[in-house]
Formats: sequence, C-alpha cells, structure tokens
Amino acid sequence: MKDVTQEEYYRGIPMVPFDLVKELVIAFVGVGALALIVSAILSSPDEPPVTIASWAQTDPVDFVTTATGELAGTTTSAGYGQPYNATPDAAQTWGPIAPQVWFGVRIPVDSGNAFVVQPLHRAAVNDRELDGALNTWETASSEDRGKWTDAYTKALEDASVSGGKVTVAEGDYGPLPVMMASLLGMAQSGALDGVLQISGRFYQTDYTPALLFMGDGGYLDGLADHWSLHGDQWGMMNETGQYPGQTWLWLYTMWYQVFPFNDDNGIAGLNAGNADLGIIVLMTLLTAALALVPLIPILRDIPRWVPIHRLIWRDYYTPKRRSE
Amino acid sequence: MDAPRPGVERSSAESGNWTLRVRRSIDRRLPMDHLLPDRQPYFVGSWVYVFGVITIAALVWVIFSGVVLSFMGPQWWHVSGVGRFFNSLHFWSVQVFFIFMVLHLWGQYFMASWRDGRASTWIIGVVIFAVSILTAFTGYLSQQNFDSQFIAINAKDAMNGAGVGAFFNVLNFGQMYGLHVMLLPIGVTFLVVWHIVMVRTRGVVKPIDRGGANRQ
Repeated sequence: MKDVTQEEYYRGIPMVPFDLVKELVIAFVGVGALALIVSAILSSPDEPPVTIASWAQTDPVDFVTTATGELAGTTTSAGYGQPYNATPDAAQTWGPIAPQVWFGVRIPVDSGNAFVVQPLHRAAVNDRELDGALNTWETASSEDRGKWTDAYTKALEDASVSGGKVTVAEGDYGPLPVMMASLLGMAQSGALDGVLQISGRFYQTDYTPALLFMGDGGYLDGLADHWSLHGDQWGMMNETGQYPGQTWLWLYTMWYQVFPFNDDNGIAGLNAGNADLGIIVLMTLLTAALALVPLIPILRDIPRWVPIHRLIWRDYYTPKRRSE
Repeated sequence: MDAPRPGVERSSAESGNWTLRVRRSIDRRLPMDHLLPDRQPYFVGSWVYVFGVITIAALVWVIFSGVVLSFMGPQWWHVSGVGRFFNSLHFWSVQVFFIFMVLHLWGQYFMASWRDGRASTWIIGVVIFAVSILTAFTGYLSQQNFDSQFIAINAKDAMNGAGVGAFFNVLNFGQMYGLHVMLLPIGVTFLVVWHIVMVRTRGVVKPIDRGGANRQ
C-alpha cells in the first residue's frame, strides 16, 4: 500500500477526544494494584531444590542403583548421545534431519567416571580399603565389571536400608559394595554435592553434572510426578503447589499428549522417541506461520469471515453512527 | 520547527546537516501529536484496544520487580520475606503480562490489524511474543528451586533434540540467569518500543470494510 500520512488515512472519519497518558497511568496503577494484592495474598511458589544429599538420605537404594547404573553405562546420561557423548543411534533424528548429531559432542560427560569414580578418588586419599577397591575396579576387565554391576543391580532390587546404609544379599559384586558404601556416605554428608560442582575454578554456576546425575535417578522423577510436572502431565504448564506454570506454552505441551508424539510407533518417522525434535520443528513452523499471517491466504481472510470484528467495531457498523 | 532563527539565513551547508535531516525525518514520520495523540478515530471504542496498554503496564511492573530482584541477587528471595514478596510481584506481573499479550494478539488477529501497510507491525508483535516466551522460560530456569531443576532436566531433551543444547544449556544456571536478567529483557523492551513507534506512526487500522476489502 502507498505510504500515506495519518491525516490522509483518516480523512472523512470523525475524530473524538482521547487521553493516552491518562490511559497508561490508569493501566499502570490498576495492574500494579492487582499484582500487589495477589502477591500479598497468594505469594509465589518456592519448593526447595533437591540436593544429592537429600536424595541419598531419603532414598539411598535409588541413589546406589543410579550410581551402579552409571558404572554399567545403562543410565539415560550414560547412553544419551550428543552433546554429552557419542553413543551410536542415541540422538533424536527424523529422516535426514539430525541437528543433535550435526553439532556433535560439545559438553563431554563420561557419567560413570564423572559421577562415581572421580569423586571416589577424592575420598580414597585417606581410605586404603576404598583405594584398593577403586584399583580393582579400574584394572578389571569389562567382562568382570559387567558381571559385577549386573549382579549388584539385581541384588539392589531386594536391598534393605538400616541406619541410612544399604545392605544387599551375599554375592560376587567385586569392589562395588565398598565403592557404593563410600559414595553413599559422601552423598549423605553433602560432600558429593560440592565435588560434582568442582571444575578447577572457585566460582561455579554450571550445574550440568549434578542435574544429569539426579535426572538419571528415580527420586527427583517421583517428586515431579507428585507435582504433575512430567511432559505427559502437561508439565510445562504446571508449577509446584497450586500455582500456574508457563500456561502460554499450552500448544507446545499439547503435542506431547497426542498422536504421533505419544506413540512408540507413530507415523512417517515421527514418534515418542523423537518427539522433542518433531515438536520443535512443528512449533518453529507454526510460529513462522503466525508471524507471516498477513501473507498467507485463508489465514489472513478468517478475520473477515468470522464476525468478531463487528463486535469490536460495533459503533462503526451501526448505520446511525457511520452516517455521521 | 525547521524555520531558521530570526536573522539567520539557512545556508547550503545546513541542508547537508545530518542532524537536521534526521530530525526532519522523525518530525515527518512521527510528530509528537501522533506519538502522544489527544484525539482518535471514533471507532476506537472497544476494550480490545486496552489490552495492549495493559500489557505494557504489566511489562513495566515486571521490569521494576525484576530490577529489584537482580539487584539483591538470586539467593535473596529464598531467605527474605521482602524478597519473596518482590518475587511474587514479579511472578504475578508476568502472568498478567502474558494473559493480556495473548488477548491483545487474538484481538488484533480478528481485527486483521496487519491491513493497510501494517504487516511489519504484526510481525514484530509475534517476535515480541516469541522472545517473551524465551525470557519467561529462562526465568523459570533461574528460580533455583525444585521447579527449575525439573524444567531444566526435561527441557534439555528438547534443546538437545533441536541441536542447540550445547549453546543454550538449560542446565547451566549462570547462562540462563545472565540471559534472563540482561539480554532478553533488553530485547523485549527494544522490540516493544519499536512496536509502539510503528503503531503510533501509522495509527490504528480502520475497520474491515463492509464489502470485505482486506488490503495488505
């Protein structure tokens, strides 16, 4: 359309008095009053974070099972793929679209070593038994390691807890009982929280290792289930307590609840296994379509067909006023 | 306002003055009576027109409470009653901001407000919506509580699946906090100012013609 001035654009249209600044001030005061009152009455959510210590104290069997899984390479982070490691066929792909693979391993995480072995080496400085157990583990064949972790993981299913310590039935677990008892002790004392944050520098704001480790366990997951924060519970829209979450993400969250993104088989290569990738691609396209509505036939015509505009501009469509 | 001062002839050098040219361009495109109008077309009477103003008012409260929270540091609101109140003010202002931004968006959609050369205003509005979602998302990740822990653990899969997880690492509190309190709010504010200037420059769109004309 030709660039016209407002005077030209509104020529022939009656103008009425208006006070923009007054409207802004009233809106500012009104919104402020509403927010202040709601804040005073309802406050805001702040469920304390889970620490490695609280996890190990509250659910020591889950903690030890997760740590054993890290050594066995069976946890989510151990076999995650890019950007943490190069586990084959672990990354989400959709046909030739594989951005997770394209960008490679950028945040290397060797979970068994980072979450279990390295922290234990720090504790072994003054602990000969642990030092010997670590030496046995590190010099053992992968076959022996697999045999020990399999047997120990199975035994943990019937483990008992007494005084915060985990006890399993007698068996051939190699050095694992000594290693896991030490790791559990470190975790329950809070030492492991600090050790996982050590990066060779004093200041630290990156919680990637600790969060990956906690995410591998079942404890944090169970709490999230209680607060309905899982993806299949419309999690992004929820918050802890009775507070609203990111409700504006309803469309993004909705796709996780419907076919093909909630189905293991899916269709056209899209399924629950690559739902994250599929939904990100879909939402990117939908956002672009929303931005480009003015250029897309049908989408740009709907407002003309749906008479909501007749309610908004009631005065204009009233013959008496229009003829003025 | 471009008239030469009394007794001063406008020289040819003045016509090449960049400052003068910028000022004249601004005066021509957005005179003060368009930026702060005291009259408007009679058809501007619906509450739908107020949604945008309320969104801006909520943004002011979001920024005000956010500045207080960032000044006092990310730990403050977890251990202080006053801090918790400012966090609540931030939380509920954000809710109001999004509610009215979405209402504004739907209202403008059904008014087909991109007509008569206003498509770029609509597009910038959608970009504001997208950047605001990202800003709020980094805010939820910066809460330092259980919710932010679980959002981070879950959201990493979406980011990694899209290939951006290493560059936008939701498990890295420092990165998310920095983005939330600095870069993204600046982006939202800049885009909102730009959006407002575009609205005030062109004025509100006329009603959809009875005949159905829907010019671009």
